[in-house]
Amino acid sequence: MSQAELQSVERSTASPVLRLEGVVKRFGDHTVLDGIDLEVGRHEVVVLIGASGSGKSTLLKTINLLEQVDDGRILLSGKAGDTLDITDPRVDADRVRARIGVVFQHYNLFPHMRVLDNVTLAARQVLRTSRGDAERTGLALLDRIGLAEKAREYPDRLSGGQQQRVAIARAIATDPELLLLDEITSALDPQLVGEVLDLVRDLKAQGATIVMATHEMSFARRVADRVVYLKDGRLIEQGPPEQIFDAPLREETKAFLSRLRDPFE
Amino acid sequence: MTVDSNTPQARAFQPSELELGRRAFRRSRGRRSLLVSVLSTLVFAGLLALLLAGSPGWAKVQASFFDLGVAADAFPRVIKGLWLNVQVLAVSVLGVAVFGTLLAITRTLRGAVFTPLRLLAAGYTDLFRGMPLLLVLYIVGFGVPGLELTGRMPAQFWGTIALILTYSAYVSEVLRAGIEAVHPSQRLAARSLGLSHAKTLRLVVMPQAIRKVTPALMNDFVSMQKDVGLISVLGAVDAVRAAQIEVASSYNFTPYVLAGVLFVLLSWPFIRVTDWVTARAQRREQIGGVV
Repeated sequence: MSQAELQSVERSTASPVLRLEGVVKRFGDHTVLDGIDLEVGRHEVVVLIGASGSGKSTLLKTINLLEQVDDGRILLSGKAGDTLDITDPRVDADRVRARIGVVFQHYNLFPHMRVLDNVTLAARQVLRTSRGDAERTGLALLDRIGLAEKAREYPDRLSGGQQQRVAIARAIATDPELLLLDEITSALDPQLVGEVLDLVRDLKAQGATIVMATHEMSFARRVADRVVYLKDGRLIEQGPPEQIFDAPLREETKAFLSRLRDPFE
Repeated sequence: MTVDSNTPQARAFQPSELELGRRAFRRSRGRRSLLVSVLSTLVFAGLLALLLAGSPGWAKVQASFFDLGVAADAFPRVIKGLWLNVQVLAVSVLGVAVFGTLLAITRTLRGAVFTPLRLLAAGYTDLFRGMPLLLVLYIVGFGVPGLELTGRMPAQFWGTIALILTYSAYVSEVLRAGIEAVHPSQRLAARSLGLSHAKTLRLVVMPQAIRKVTPALMNDFVSMQKDVGLISVLGAVDAVRAAQIEVASSYNFTPYVLAGVLFVLLSWPFIRVTDWVTARAQRREQIGGVV
């Protein structure tokens, strides 16, 4: 990367791709997200940590409009600098979802479609790219993740790690501005976790903007630009990984991390 | 599963004495059970034949139900009638596919806006699953023409409508079960890619739903194949009606038997295919088990 490109990357980091302002989500009487404020800069990797039920997954779902917020708003900025309040009900939710890639814990590949069709579905059906063009892009993408020879297979012939890499390829096939990763290694055997995390590191190196929820603290430390600790739907503390993991400022964060190190404490 | 003997694995694998012994035992057991089943079938068929042929009235029954000459005479008209059944069946299947799918989708719509539609669809399926097809045929065939909405339509037209109305109710319930059996995470994944509700349904949910319920759908098709014979009550000259006319002129019941045999022959290939598909689906779900 040239010096000029590096500078432009740093400059654009200053303008956020995503901004959450006082986001609230309730399921019945239970408040899952209790006024979340969060900014994600372009090319930034933000890692959400917290116990199960802390609101990490719900937060990702509200960003992708798979859940409706009960208060606050979410702003998404395009590459041209245009900013859109995606919680506005007049916004075309399908358009917004097409700009955001999501990868789920259980891959959720479509079992009745071949790997290549899984990867090209959004390009063909949402962006209306021709099948030929979509398949060229899709094959190049599968080649990049080392699964080109599986393009004509059905997902059930692939290992968990391979399926999750295909799911990532599917999410980035339409070149989204933002990538949401929801505990993408939680359903994988330990020896398969590595291949998926390597891919995430590649994406980061290529300048992807990522928000991910994870239980892999060692990975969070290595890949995150910023770590966000959530507890009971509240943002307790955020900062660079060195701060959160080595010198957390808040007692709650300390308690959470020490429980992780020794579950019997 | 058969393995191509040219593959390296096939050449490399040499079963041990232990495995060869087990295979020999299984083969001998297989031969024995085949022998037993053939014998018992023969004995049973023989007993049945003796019972029938030995019954006091057999000669009369044979003359009035199994007369080959009468069957040959009736054949051209009955087969012509059967062709009408096949046509009605083809149109009905298409109609049921469209209307049944619409009903199923309507019943799975979420959101308060769709409540009236949902209730209407639910009421419809309740009504038509409960009402005997024969009554639907009478009401549609003799009642609806009285409204004079259309010109004079042939009886088979109203018969087709009645079949579509009744079978759509059954098929929509089967499809609905299939749609609901597709895991919600599949919808979530499709929507997150930016696919609209309609496209998610068409490209992701329905293909998986139909795969899940194919055996049940084929079963409905088989029972529809024989129920097309009921359109004869409206006066359509189908295989049943043609046989009835022949019986009335000859006072011999063989044409009924002939029509019955033809209906069985019509549906038999499909019944076999249905069983095969069902068995295959079951095998797939029970992979790794022997019981």
